[in-house]
Amino acid sequence: MPTTETLFKTLADPTRRVLYERLCRDGELTVAALTAGAGISQPAVSKHLGVLKQAGLVHDRPAGRQTHYSAIPGALSPLADWTRTMASFWDNRLDALDSLLTRMDQ
Amino acid sequence: MNSAPLDRRAVVLDRDLAHRPEKVWRAITQPHLIAEWLMANDFAPELGRDFRLRNTPQPGMEIVIDCRVLAIEPHHTLSYSWSAYGLESIVTFTLTPTASGTHLRLEQAGFGPDQDAAFKGARAGWTQFLRTLTTILDRPE
Repeated sequence: MPTTETLFKTLADPTRRVLYERLCRDGELTVAALTAGAGISQPAVSKHLGVLKQAGLVHDRPAGRQTHYSAIPGALSPLADWTRTMASFWDNRLDALDSLLTRMDQ
Repeated sequence: MNSAPLDRRAVVLDRDLAHRPEKVWRAITQPHLIAEWLMANDFAPELGRDFRLRNTPQPGMEIVIDCRVLAIEPHHTLSYSWSAYGLESIVTFTLTPTASGTHLRLEQAGFGPDQDAAFKGARAGWTQFLRTLTTILDRPE
């Protein structure tokens, strides 16, 4: 399971996010299919896929001359944990803010 | 795509406050007021200002969050970076006047340390990303 820090760093790149998003949406795809419409070269796509693989977000399956990539289910769980923790933190803080605003009237 | 489970994954909180935006703005930009609801701090309402939020939840344990003001539009928008435990994220407060006071939206979005320059686009991208992708979390293994 990737750490939240790894997820943040890996998904900071918009191109990687788009590639990963396509794998999540469309299922298993070849590098060639991912390159079509990506607006960058195949070696650049391969490099991004390597980073996604290293981060534990995607799985590769070589088949003949093609490599197929797919998203690993559940890999984003630490991100969901982080968002839940922060949402709960801010919910409490905003209660405190609301209470402060009322005190400021007095 | 089912949108119901998506919003609860992103850090987006909406609050209706029965106070004018000017007052809410003071509470989120004056250090002694920020200290009352968030954390001790050396905030100043200046673009590019570095500041720290500090909290001591128990003796001997101190939480320090490194921040930088990334956008500031009085009575409307405040964004700052939020760096803690090696995680860099961006917190944005958006104030909208309403008939009964202020609608406050708080968002926290995460991405890498080199994205500050383009943070507005990246923030939108990140939020969109979370909304689009979170269904994969519910996919069976």
